[in-house]
Amino acid sequence: MATTQTPSQTARGLLSRPRPQITTDHVKDPTAGWTSWITTTDHKKIGIMYLYTVLAFFVLGGVEALLIRIQLGAPDNTFLDPEKYNQIFTMHGTTMIFLVGVPVWAGFANYLIPLMIGARDVAFPRLNAWSFWMFLFGGIALYASIFFTPPEAGWFSYVPLSTSAYNPSGGQDAWIFMVHLTGLSSMIGAVNFIATIHNMRAPGMGWGRLPLFVWTILIYSYLVVLALSSIAATVTMLLIDRHFGGTFFDPTEEGSALLWQHLFWFFGHPEVYILILPAFGVVSEVLPVFARKPIFGYKAIAASTAAIAFLGLLVWAHHMFATPMSTVVLAFFMLSSFVIAVPTGVKILNWIATLWRGTVEYRLPLLWAVGLIGTFLIGGITGIFLAVFPIDWQLTDSYFVVAHLHYVAIGGTMFGAVSALYFWFPKMSGRMLHEGLGKASFWLTLVGFHLTFLIQHSMGLDGMPRRIYEYTSGAGWTWMNQISTLGSFILGLGFLLTIINVVRSVKSGAVAGPDPWKANTLEWFVPSPPPENNFDSIPRVRSVEPLKDIRAQIEKQTGVEQIHQAGRPLQKV
Amino acid sequence: MAARPLSDRSIVARVTQSSPESATSRRPASTTAKLRAPVSRTSVLPTLAKAAALAVAASLLLAAGAAADIVTPDAGPTQNAVKVDSLYKLVLAMALVIFIAVEGMLIYSTVKYRARKGRVAAQIHGNTRLEVGWTVGAAIILVFITAVTFIQLNAIKNPARSDIGADGQPVAKSGVLFASTDQKAPPGGNALNIRVDGQQYVWRYQYPGPKKVFSYVDMVVPVGQTVTLDISSDDVAHSWWIPELGGKMDAIPGYTNKAWFKATKPGVFEGQCAELCGRNHANMYGRVKVVPYDEYRAWYDRKAAEIQQAQDEGARQRKELTEQEGKQAAEGGGGAGGASAPDQGN
Repeated sequence: MATTQTPSQTARGLLSRPRPQITTDHVKDPTAGWTSWITTTDHKKIGIMYLYTVLAFFVLGGVEALLIRIQLGAPDNTFLDPEKYNQIFTMHGTTMIFLVGVPVWAGFANYLIPLMIGARDVAFPRLNAWSFWMFLFGGIALYASIFFTPPEAGWFSYVPLSTSAYNPSGGQDAWIFMVHLTGLSSMIGAVNFIATIHNMRAPGMGWGRLPLFVWTILIYSYLVVLALSSIAATVTMLLIDRHFGGTFFDPTEEGSALLWQHLFWFFGHPEVYILILPAFGVVSEVLPVFARKPIFGYKAIAASTAAIAFLGLLVWAHHMFATPMSTVVLAFFMLSSFVIAVPTGVKILNWIATLWRGTVEYRLPLLWAVGLIGTFLIGGITGIFLAVFPIDWQLTDSYFVVAHLHYVAIGGTMFGAVSALYFWFPKMSGRMLHEGLGKASFWLTLVGFHLTFLIQHSMGLDGMPRRIYEYTSGAGWTWMNQISTLGSFILGLGFLLTIINVVRSVKSGAVAGPDPWKANTLEWFVPSPPPENNFDSIPRVRSVEPLKDIRAQIEKQTGVEQIHQAGRPLQKV
Repeated sequence: MAARPLSDRSIVARVTQSSPESATSRRPASTTAKLRAPVSRTSVLPTLAKAAALAVAASLLLAAGAAADIVTPDAGPTQNAVKVDSLYKLVLAMALVIFIAVEGMLIYSTVKYRARKGRVAAQIHGNTRLEVGWTVGAAIILVFITAVTFIQLNAIKNPARSDIGADGQPVAKSGVLFASTDQKAPPGGNALNIRVDGQQYVWRYQYPGPKKVFSYVDMVVPVGQTVTLDISSDDVAHSWWIPELGGKMDAIPGYTNKAWFKATKPGVFEGQCAELCGRNHANMYGRVKVVPYDEYRAWYDRKAAEIQQAQDEGARQRKELTEQEGKQAAEGGGGAGGASAPDQGN
C-alpha cells in the first residue's frame, strides 16, 4: 500500500527532507527466486507450475506404460508379478487421466485465457493458486502410496474389487483422496475460468469473437464442474463403504455393484471430452495461423463444441454394454453415442476446409495439429464400432478398446497438448523450440504411436482381454505384442525428444519476439514472456482475429508492411 | 456475425496484387464464398493420392482375406457370433471408405496447399450449405448403421430354436412358431440352461436337473442344442467371453446376465475372463467343449456319478468324524472342535 505523508511544517523538517514524500510498504519484490513461485498468484506462473508438474507426472505415467509393455513383450513373462502389474496399470491410467490429461489443460488455460481475452489475470487469483497446490498435493497423495501399497483395482476402481473385502490396502484410499483433491482443484479452477471468460473479456470481444480455444476451455470448465462433482460424491460413497460401514455397493447388503459403474461413467465419459475438447480448441487456433486463412465455419466449430459437451453427458452407459441392461437402454446409449459422432465429424471437416486453399506452412504446431486430426480420426471411427452394442459385446474390455482409447487420448489429447506446447512455448519462455529436434520428435512419435496401437485392434479382435499380466505362447498374440512393445519405445523416444527440446530451448533457444508466428489472437500482442500485468493498454477487439486487424492498422499508419518470414520473429530483440 | 473480421481491407489489397488463381477470394467476407475444387495443373498429386488410397484399400482387403481373425472378430459355428461378425464387416467397409476419404482429403489439402512463393491463401470464412451438407451426410450414415443393427439384433440377442430336444432327438423344424412372452426363451423350448458363476479365478457351471451336475473351467454341451446362460458372480465382477461363440457378458454379483449360443459343429472353444477381477485375472480361463449328444450324455452321467460318489464319501467322513468327536467328548478330550468336514462336493 502506498500512502502519502505530509510531514509537519517545521523548519527542520523543511530543510532535512524534500516534501511531499511518498513512503511505501508491502511493495512486492520483483518476481524472482523460488519464493516468488510458491507465493505467486500470477496466472502465468501458476500456469507454468501446472505444466511442469504435469510434465513430471507424464514422465512417471510414461515409464509405467513402458513397464507394462516390457511385461507384455514376451509370453509367460515374469518381469512383473501380477500384483505389481495391476498396481502399475492402475497408476498409469490414474496418472494419465487425473494428473496429466485434465491439468495439462488447466495449465495451458491458466497461462493463456487471460492473455487471449485481454485480461490482466483470472477472476480469482488466490483461488487459482489454491487450485494448483491442491492438484500437486493430490498427485503426491497418490504417489506416496508407492512406498506402501499402491492401488491395484484399475483407474476405474470397479466395486466389489475396490472394496475393503478384496482390496484392504491403503493404496485404494490414496486413490480416493487423490480424486478428492484433484477433483476439487479442477472444479475451483473451472469456476475461475468460467468467471474469467464470462466477465473479463476485452472491450468488443463478444461471444462471436471469442477465440475457439477459449470456447473449448469454457465448455471444458462447465463439464469439469458437472462431472468432477459427481465423481467426488461417488468416491466418498466408496470411502464410506470401505471404512464407515456403508453398503452402497455391497450386493450382499442390498447395495448395488452396478451403481458404481453408472456413477463412475457418468463422470468418466464427460471426462473424455474434458480431455479432448481443449485439444480441439488448440487445433482450431493453430490451423488458421499456419494455413494463413481464417478458420472455416467458426460458428459451426463453436456450436459443435457445445453440442459434444451436452451429448457427452448422455452417453456414459456405452462403457457398460456388457452389463445386465435392457435392450431399450442399450439402444438409447447406442444412438446417443452415434449422435455425438456428428458434431465431431463436423469439426474434422471444418478443419480440413480450413487447410483447403490455404498456404500451409509446415511448422511444428501445424504438424502436431494435422497429426492429431489424422490420428484422432481413427479413434473416432473405431468409436463407431464400439457404439454398436452387439459389436461392442465382442470388442469391449479387449485390446481393441485399449487401442481406441489411446488413439483418442494420445492421438487427441497428447498431440493437442504438444501442438499447444510448440505453439505457445515462444510466448511463455520468449524463446523458440528447436525445429529439427521438434520434427524428429513428431515423426518418431507418430510412427511409434501407430506401431504401438494399430496392432492392438487386432489383438482385441483375436480375443486378448485387457489388464492381463501374462498370456501363453499358444495364444498366438506374441508377435503382435512384440510389435506393440517395439513401437512403445519409439513413441517414448519421440516424447523424450520434445522434453529435451523444452529443457534446452528454455534457456538457449532463439529469441522469439512478441509474435513469432504472425498469429491472430491477443496473447501475441504482448511481449514474450508477458509482463506481470499482461497488458498496459487493452486493445479493442473488432473480429475473431484481433491481431490481424492490429497489424493491418499498423501497416496503414506507418506504411510499412508487416512482413512475416516463417518462424522468424517480427522484430529482433 | 462478429466472427468475420471487419477490417479486411489489407487482405483484399494483398489479394488484388496476387496471382489470378486466387482472384475468386476477392469476395472474402461474404457468405457467397465457396469452396471450389481447384483445377490442378500438376495432376501428379491427386493420382498419387488415389494410388495410395487404392493400395491401402487393397492391402487391407488382402489382410482381411489372409488373416480374418485379426481384422474381424472371431466367429465360430454359432449364429450370434456370425451375425456380430457380419455386422462388424459392414461397419468396417463403411469405416474404410470414410477413413480413406477423410484422411485423403487431409493429406491432399496439406500437401497441395503448402506454402509457396507467391501463393496467397483464400480468405474463406465458411459455407453454410457445406456445413448443413456434411452434418446431414454424417447423420444419414449413422441412421443406416442403426437400421442394420436393429434388423440384425434379433438374431444376435434372442436365442435361436434348438435343433435337438432335451432327449437329444431332432426337433421337427416345421413346428409351430409361437410368440414368446419371455424374450429370452428360444422358440420351442428345448434349450439347455446353464448357470455360469464367476469366482476368483475360475468359472463354475451349474447344469439343470435333479442331479445338480456342475463343472469348473470346462463346459460340455451338445451340438445343435441351444444353450442359454445365466451369468452371475459370487465375488467381484467378471466377464464371460468365448470369442468364437459370441460377445461377452459381464458377471456382476447380485445380477443375472443372459447370453446364449447354439454351436452347429463340434469343437473346443476357448476364452478367458474379460473384466479385471484381481491379481490372477489373466489365468481365469473358460472353455466350451461342443460334442455330439451321446458324448455329452456320457460325460453328464459320469459327472453325476462322480459328484454322487464324492457326496457319499463326504457324508461318510462326516459321520466318522461325528462319531469320533462323540467318543472324544465322552472320554473328556474335546480337542476336535476345530476339525472341519470336507467341503461338500468340492
